[in-house]
Parts: sequence; structure tokens; C-alpha cells
Amino acid sequence: MKDPTVSVVEGDPQCGDMYQMFLKIENDRIIDAKFLSFGCAANIATGSVTTELAKGTTIDEAEKISIKDIAKELGLPAVKMHCAVLAYKALRKAIKEYREKKSASG
Amino acid sequence: MKVYLDNGTTTQVAKEVLDEMSPYLKEKFGHPLSLYSLGQEAADAVENAQKTIAKTIDAAGEEIVFTSSATEANDLAIRGVAHANRKAGDRIITTKIENPSVLKPCEMLEKEGFKVDYVNVDSQGFVDLKQLQKLINKDTILVSMAHVNDEIGTIEPIEEVSKLLQEQKHKIYFHVNAAASYARVPVDVKQVGIDLLSLSAHKIHGPKGVGALYLREGAKIEPVTYGYISMFPLKPGTENVPAIVGFGKAAELAFDNFEKNVEHMRKLRDKLTDGIEKRVPYVVLHGPRGEKRSPSNVNYSFKYVEGESILLHLDLNGISVATGSACATRKLEPSHVLTAIGVIPEVSHGAIRFTLSRFNTSEEIDYVLNVLPKVIENLRKISPVKPGAF
Repeated sequence: MKDPTVSVVEGDPQCGDMYQMFLKIENDRIIDAKFLSFGCAANIATGSVTTELAKGTTIDEAEKISIKDIAKELGLPAVKMHCAVLAYKALRKAIKEYREKKSASG
Repeated sequence: MKVYLDNGTTTQVAKEVLDEMSPYLKEKFGHPLSLYSLGQEAADAVENAQKTIAKTIDAAGEEIVFTSSATEANDLAIRGVAHANRKAGDRIITTKIENPSVLKPCEMLEKEGFKVDYVNVDSQGFVDLKQLQKLINKDTILVSMAHVNDEIGTIEPIEEVSKLLQEQKHKIYFHVNAAASYARVPVDVKQVGIDLLSLSAHKIHGPKGVGALYLREGAKIEPVTYGYISMFPLKPGTENVPAIVGFGKAAELAFDNFEKNVEHMRKLRDKLTDGIEKRVPYVVLHGPRGEKRSPSNVNYSFKYVEGESILLHLDLNGISVATGSACATRKLEPSHVLTAIGVIPEVSHGAIRFTLSRFNTSEEIDYVLNVLPKVIENLRKISPVKPGAF
């Protein structure tokens, strides 16, 4: 993504599960969301679903996306739930960073 | 193209094996303990399979006990010998890189009060002989280890271990798990001095549901399962005659052309190894090179990407392999074998094991070497971890 508004990392390669998530935000609306993934198929899938769910939503709406929403889209088995949790955390981290950046710039 | 490179997990049943088994699933359905001819025919078939397999390891037919799997053979060997010899001692020695089918029985014995020591291995998976020697004392009754490690192909120095045990003043049983070595690395139980040896049928193009334990005559052992006596007091329950017959045939086929098969697999192993190192950057070989490595095992970590996703992308291209990545096992922990040889989690998550059989071809390896670099490149493109990160 060219000039993302925010870019965050969640997870680490030591765990075998990691995302880098990029959001492009204009007027408090997520106009594009992309990700890089280090992890299994569920990791790639949840990253994709999460960014798809976030695209086009406002920051407030995106904040309401739950782990359940992500997992339901895919029918994730219990053993892969941690991937959904990680993607959810990445999205929340990105939103939080955006808010902090916004209030900092006044 | 479909390429099966997971022969370390299971193998295709050879046609001759299926043909040999069929009558015992059809008209030759007798029970080996029945005295009439239909039963005795089944008993003879089981005895023939015993003889065939015994010959391949320089043992006697009566020294072969058929089990449901090598896993069961390991459990019987370890707990059966431990319980039977408890009065003589309560210490057992094994290694850190054993298969769960060895580690779990050892864990159970620890709960019963036995002391189990897990010997370290070096960065290539070779057992620390000095440490093993130091651990042996008057209470040691059993040493259990794999001949070849199923994940990284290390051929362990079982001759040296046997020598160490024979130098002791008291009897220490030597159990060798040969599930990953049978038909790939020769083993002579008499010459080496092995008391118990576990074998698996479905790893040598035999059927699933049958394994074997070689048990040296005179070895003191107890059963671990109980019930109706069969031909094998140590393994109650009606014998799986068709599978046993299949096992015998599979062994016969594997050993008829032993040298040729091994040479064939080794050539393909080396072709795959060379190809991977030439065409894919940032790879790490696990286990030794050359003569000290199983002729059918290749295991690499592809850095900066994850094993399960590699496996699934290869599957989309018709290639079957195994991964030790945490995601792929249900425990979400990296392979204990890779951890024991000093591989950091980040790298072990990207490990792929390729295991060959005598049926793989050079064309198949060419195909894999064509597909694999692209798969890795694509996964690296979408990875947040860049070269140099570790």
C-alpha cells in the first residue's frame, strides 16, 4: 500500500503467527486495508477477512468488528481461534494508533 | 502432477502386497487358533510372515511379535520391560528427540516412580554418547532410542550404544525403534546386540494396522494389554491375519532389492537437496549430510515463511509433504526435535520434511524443484518478516 495512514505489527515470528496491517483512512473512513502475513493458512485467511470487513467502514464501525465476526466468516475451528484474535488485535491496534495520531496533530 | 513426498508419515500399499493380502480377506478367513485346516492355514500364513521379517533383521521367526503398530510395539517394549525388571532397577535412559510413541510411555513410567533420563543431542541430532555413558548406573534397566530419527533423518550410533551396555556388569535392555530406519538402513540385531526392535508395516508399503516387535529370546518382559491369549501371549486379541500377511510381503519386496532401493532413494534425496540449495535462498538444512543421514529424508526450514502455508500451497500443486510447524500440530508448539538440536522457533516454524520411497522418480523431483521456489517466493512477498530479521 502506498502511503498508508497507519501500519502496525501484531504477533511475532517466534510464535509462528504475525501480521503487519496497513490502513488508509480519509475523513475517519477506512478506504483501504491490506496486510502482510507470517503464519498458516488460517492466519492468511483471517488477515484477508479482517481487512475485507474493515474496508469501507468508519473508524467507529471498524472498532465494533469482533473476533466472533471474523471467525464466523470463515467457520474457524477452535484450534485456529488464535489467528482471529491476532487479526482482531492488529486491527484494534491500527485504529488506536490512528486515533492517537489524530489527537496529537490536533 | 501428483507427487507424494510424505513417506515418513505413511506409504502407498504395493500392488503385490494387496494381492498377497486379498485371499485372507476373502476365502482364507480362518482364525489362527482354530485347529481345523482353515484355521491352520491362517496360522501358517502368520508364521511365514514372522520368518520373512525375522530374516531381514537376522532374528528367528519366534522372536517376532505382531502388534497393531510400531507405536504399540514401542509401548510394549518400554513399559513391558520396565515392569518386568523393576526389581533389578528403576532407571531408564532415552533421548530428547524420540518420537511421542517412546516419550509418552516413558512419561507414564515416571508417574509410576521410574527415573527417566533424556540424553541430549548435538546440532545434527547425534546422541551425546559421553552423557549417556555417565547416566548409566547400577539401577539402569533399559535404554530406548530410535535407529534413525523420523524428523531429521540422523542415523544414530546404535553399535556404540550397544557396546557401552554390554560392558556393564548387569543386564541393561537395549530397545531400538526402527520404524523410520527399516528398509532404509540395514540392521542386524544379533551383530549389533539389540534386545528389542520396533517395526512398522505402513512405512514400507505394507498396510496400516500392523507393526512388529522383535524380542530377543530370553528377554524378560510383561504384557501391557490383557485378554484372550492369541498366538502371541504379549499381544492378546485376534491376530490381524490379512495385515500380517501384507507386512510379510512388504518386507520381502523391500529386502529383495535393498541396495538398489536405497541407492535410488539416496540419488533422489541428493538431487532434491542440491536443487533446493541452488534455487531457494535463506534455507536451513536440519540433520546431517551424506552417509550419516537416512537415504530417504530431506528436511529444510524456509526462513521468513511458515510451514503450514508452504504445505498447503504445495498441496495446491499436487505435492504432499510434512511440516513440523507449530500451527500444523495441534499443540501449537514447535517440533521438539528441532528445538532439541538448537533451532530457534522462528526458523522451526518454516520447516518442511520431504520423505522419499522407492517409487518416487527423478521427474517428480524435477517438478518439485520447479514449483517449490515459486511457492516460497510468493509467501515471502506477503510476509512481514524480511531477510535478515533472523
